[in-house]
Amino acid sequence: MDLQAMLKMLGEGFLKTLEIFGLTLIFSLPLGLLVSFGRMSKNCIIRWIMKIYISIMRGTPLMLQLIVVYFGPHYLFHMSLRGYDFAAVIIAFVLNYSAYFAEIYRSGIESIPKGQHEAAKVLGYSRSQTFVKIVLPQVVKRILPPATNEIITLVKDTSLAQVLTIGEMFTIAKRITASQSSLVPLFVAGIFYYVFNYLVAFVMERIEKKLSYYR
Amino acid sequence: MKILEINHLKKNFDTLEVITDISLSVEEGEVLSIIGPSGSGKSTVLRCATMLETMDGGDLIYSGEYAAKNVNGRSVYAPNKQLKEIHKQFGLVFQNFNLFPHYSVWKNIVDAPLHVQRISRQEAEERADTLLKKLGLADKKDAYPCQLSGGQQQRVSIARALALQPKILFFDEPTSALDPELTGEVLKVIKELAAEKMTMIIVTHEMQFAREISDRIIFMEGGVIVDQGTPEELFHTSNARVQDFIGKFKA
Repeated sequence: MDLQAMLKMLGEGFLKTLEIFGLTLIFSLPLGLLVSFGRMSKNCIIRWIMKIYISIMRGTPLMLQLIVVYFGPHYLFHMSLRGYDFAAVIIAFVLNYSAYFAEIYRSGIESIPKGQHEAAKVLGYSRSQTFVKIVLPQVVKRILPPATNEIITLVKDTSLAQVLTIGEMFTIAKRITASQSSLVPLFVAGIFYYVFNYLVAFVMERIEKKLSYYR
Repeated sequence: MKILEINHLKKNFDTLEVITDISLSVEEGEVLSIIGPSGSGKSTVLRCATMLETMDGGDLIYSGEYAAKNVNGRSVYAPNKQLKEIHKQFGLVFQNFNLFPHYSVWKNIVDAPLHVQRISRQEAEERADTLLKKLGLADKKDAYPCQLSGGQQQRVSIARALALQPKILFFDEPTSALDPELTGEVLKVIKELAAEKMTMIIVTHEMQFAREISDRIIFMEGGVIVDQGTPEELFHTSNARVQDFIGKFKA
């Protein structure tokens, strides 16, 4: 197999990887915020449910979660789901990443000084205005470094989707490596991951700089 | 007319009784200072008056309207809608400013009038312009709070409170986070407001300032009012505890 053919195959796999990455972020960033609200809720039932959820998501391997989400419907309800593999990957990733993002949001929200809430309250801002206009922008600035960490981890974690063989880049690199008895495909895949993460870090740094106009 | 009236305020934090029984009232245009040692409950009185804390007992009345009413020894608050209206009557200046760091000076001042009071942009900007000029901050309009000195930040926070045109303004130790030089510029602003007959309640440790500016001074300790009167009365009181406290500041 020549290099060009290999790059083409890996490139197609990379598109799948990008898809997992993008969809996971689109769903888990907002869902994580909701989970963090539940985690900080005054209602102790909601709070405990979210605590347990986060604990399980953080305490068990993502690869295991992928398998459970994929085979769960079959073993639990004897449902046979065709073409469910990609959806299963996204569901597992979103559930897992929402838990991590929830804790990042919580750290940000709880780090905003009480005085900000009090000032907003005395000025007459409603609770939702206070959150959207005063708290959230400051939270975003504060959680950028840990969020960057998490997003970079996500790029690399997409390789775990190989257990469900949905044809993302890592699956393909492994397959070519096996058939060609060559480490080059895995090495090239590594370069793909690295360059992509370099871009992620670059973009996040730009956003951080943009928000550095205040302390 | 009485702008604010507090009757028999009681406040506990869990089992700790912070305020035993405080009653006070302020007439329109009057300046009332509250002095006393740390931990005496001065700030808690302000926080109850501005509804940042809920009262456990007693009345809270703004311009004759009950925000909280004592019923069988417990404070019962008015419905939220009514409280929202009452909220418009007062402003509060904090010890550590609590400006919104992500907003420029300008936005800190115009945002609440625009989005809480929902007045026109033109009117909000006119108010902000006037206030910035008056408080000597005209050149700081586009600055962010972190670029300002403590004194400037506190003046911005006074402007932010005044932009909503409250009937009464509370100050919670407005100069305690500032060095003596910066304290001066903030006190000057408050003096100017007093000269314009702004109704104010000021919790402060600046004895000389309280003496010059106040119509009345309350001395609080241990959750009760120990002594009160005009500045001259209080500074020549026969109460040994108050004499001792004020004496320490004179020395």
